[in-house]
Amino acid sequence: MSQRQVLQGVMALLRPLLLDVVPTIQQTAALALGRLANYNDELAEAVVKGDILPQLVCSLSEQNRFYKKAAAFVLRAVGKHSPQLAQAIVQCGALETLVICLEDFDPGVKEAAAWALGYIARHNSELSQAVVDAGAVPLLVLCIQEPEIALKRIAASTLSDISKHSPELAQTVVDAGAIAHLAQMILNPDAKLKRQVLSALSQIAKHSVDLAELVVEAEIFPVVLTCLKDSDEYVKKNGATLTREIAKHTPELSQLIVNAGGVAAVIDCIGSCRGTVRLPGIMMLGYVAAHSENLSMAVIVSKGIPPLCTCLIEENEDHIKAAAAWALGQVGRHTPEHARAVAVANVLPTLLSMYMDTHSSEDLQVKAKKALKNILQKCTYLPALEPLLHDAPPNILKHIVGQFSKVLPHDSKARRLFVTTGGLKKVQEIKAEPGSLLQEYINTINNCYPEEIVRYYSPGYSEILLERVENYHPVL
Amino acid sequence: MATLARLQARLPGLREECFRRNRSVDEHRKKEYKAAVKIQSWFRGCRVRAYIRYLNNMIIIIQKWWRGYQGRRYFRKMVETAYFIMKMNFYNEMAVRIQKRWRGYYVRKYTHNYYALKKYLEAISVNNEIVRKELNEYAEMKEKEKKKKDLEKKEKEKEHQARKMHYLLSTEQIAGIYNSPFSKSPDPMELLLRKSKPLSHSQQPAKNHLICELCDWSNCTRSPTFPAAQPLPPIGRQKPQGPFRDTAEVLRQRYKPLEPTLRVAASINSLEKAREEIKREEWRNRVHDNEFLPFSSYHKNEKYDPSIHRSGKYGQETYGVKHFREVQPKKWIADKDFQTVLPSIVLFERFGKTYSRTGQIV
Repeated sequence: MSQRQVLQGVMALLRPLLLDVVPTIQQTAALALGRLANYNDELAEAVVKGDILPQLVCSLSEQNRFYKKAAAFVLRAVGKHSPQLAQAIVQCGALETLVICLEDFDPGVKEAAAWALGYIARHNSELSQAVVDAGAVPLLVLCIQEPEIALKRIAASTLSDISKHSPELAQTVVDAGAIAHLAQMILNPDAKLKRQVLSALSQIAKHSVDLAELVVEAEIFPVVLTCLKDSDEYVKKNGATLTREIAKHTPELSQLIVNAGGVAAVIDCIGSCRGTVRLPGIMMLGYVAAHSENLSMAVIVSKGIPPLCTCLIEENEDHIKAAAAWALGQVGRHTPEHARAVAVANVLPTLLSMYMDTHSSEDLQVKAKKALKNILQKCTYLPALEPLLHDAPPNILKHIVGQFSKVLPHDSKARRLFVTTGGLKKVQEIKAEPGSLLQEYINTINNCYPEEIVRYYSPGYSEILLERVENYHPVL
Repeated sequence: MATLARLQARLPGLREECFRRNRSVDEHRKKEYKAAVKIQSWFRGCRVRAYIRYLNNMIIIIQKWWRGYQGRRYFRKMVETAYFIMKMNFYNEMAVRIQKRWRGYYVRKYTHNYYALKKYLEAISVNNEIVRKELNEYAEMKEKEKKKKDLEKKEKEKEHQARKMHYLLSTEQIAGIYNSPFSKSPDPMELLLRKSKPLSHSQQPAKNHLICELCDWSNCTRSPTFPAAQPLPPIGRQKPQGPFRDTAEVLRQRYKPLEPTLRVAASINSLEKAREEIKREEWRNRVHDNEFLPFSSYHKNEKYDPSIHRSGKYGQETYGVKHFREVQPKKWIADKDFQTVLPSIVLFERFGKTYSRTGQIV
């Protein structure tokens, strides 16, 4: 391909320029290489194949700051495309020189070096481990404390990329004392910095209970709640992610968040955003409600159900709908009170339609079905169950009829209502195998009513009556 | 004498008779002896057997009494244990009844206290309201700040525009664009123009340079540019007579600003200079210049000289060496140290952990 030949030609031309006497030529050549490699990964591979990296790495240590910036830019541009290219960079020994650059005076050099390390560590945990082994983490923590905002951003994003792969890496970052500085920077007014800081804290907290407790001990609540009201969408998203990662581990941590008013803040956040930004907030509510029934009741009391219902209805993406369905299932599954609160919001027909819809993804169907089952098994609020009788498939119908069979024997008003709304008729029309659970439930319901009513509503009753008319011999 | 003779005559016959008698007796003697022995042994056996039988009966009586005694003792023990077990079962039953009532009461009153739960939920709602209000206030404050900043920026822009276009100011004769003779009052822009001072081009705004420098340097998107300002020639000067070059050109060449290239902008040995600077600072801040040597036998002969703080004549001070904080144990209330615990609802934690385990039955 001619493009490849062109590439090789370009690399061959640029390479000797790197060794030129005039420093400006070296810097501009490095800049050119960086921009080429930045553009697409074939060019980056050509840079690696052209044996340019060792040259760059050697001269990195001696040259002045412009050259260092340009060389770090090249390394970043090459390392961002794929893990193999990043591995090539690590193998030519660039990590040590980049770490030395992190100690430089010029903040631009530090920023370029930190950015390169971040892109390398992003791909997988071995590369992250290599970055950590080169001793980058304490220097990055020092970089975070520098006054330049851009440097802080990049250092925070690099720490986030390092700690996201495994608990040991996160522990290394924590041992360098990063949490205290990150927690202080939550108050900074710069939106992009807040994004990175919140992302770093959530990557640290997600791995284990101890790490989450360490993050919480840095007194981030209730300051994090102000981030949930920020004007920047991604700050809200990352703030919600952080609360989600903390809430998911144990009931005590969820309790802490609820006591600090976190649930209200997250609910408001869900209400004000649209799209994937809502997803972490929805999952956070689901996790909090899943731990215990008191927490679930706290979610209900904080008016959590209406936003979840609107999410379920409004959103177009299936995975957000699936998350909302799961969260509603967790809220409603504990006791009849909870199920009633969910049913009153008129969300059960929506869940049923999502389960039945052939266009929805498998994940959504499974989650909707599970949520529906969990709520139905505890739901005693009959007006909400009525509409479901008509459309439900047999496996859901069994639960609905089961609930009716539990409530109707004890409540006479409910029985009357059941007859007048046509529920009894519908139950008679259900065909169930004799001996199955559904048949037992239907028998229980039929036993609640006098014989005539049951016969009246059973299908084909008019035929039976007409036959009796036919066979009747009038007594004259 | 006759008798004697007679006797002596009878003597051999007597002797024979005697012998014969002894002989016959002797013959039967063994037999009779054996018979007698047999009879006697049989009789003795009978006697002994009767004695043994008698002893046996006596022994049986004794053993009978003894076994009865043992059996009664064992029975008494069994009865005692059975009674004990019966009593314990009864007590356990009663204790279970009491404990059942107590546990139900306790759980209903304290652990699963409905009213405490309700109060807690109400408290949560109240807290949520407060948090929501505060967050709304915060958001409003941020909005206001942003609006203010935007407004200020707009104002500055307008003023800058006015300064640049000050030549559009209207004069007595010629009405400017913003001061149409057909409108009743001049445009606000006109008023701004009147207020503003004309902008001189010699001072370029250097602030924007700094702000865009950070992001552009890191992205390496902006190539190093050189300032390209051109000063205007002075107004109203007549062209001097003679073979002089154009004034504007001359002034341009004379006052051409310095445009240092990249190479000149940073000195070649800035790195070395900075290194020197660091070395000097470290030398300044060092306590002593002795190199830090490894722990080898080099140090064997050196005597350790303690610092002034530690070699006072009043003895070594323990502060800073043995303890780092002043403690006064007499003022402490309890022996235990502080314990960091995450705050949680204490009431709900006590479920299942409130009783000791000594009530378990054998």
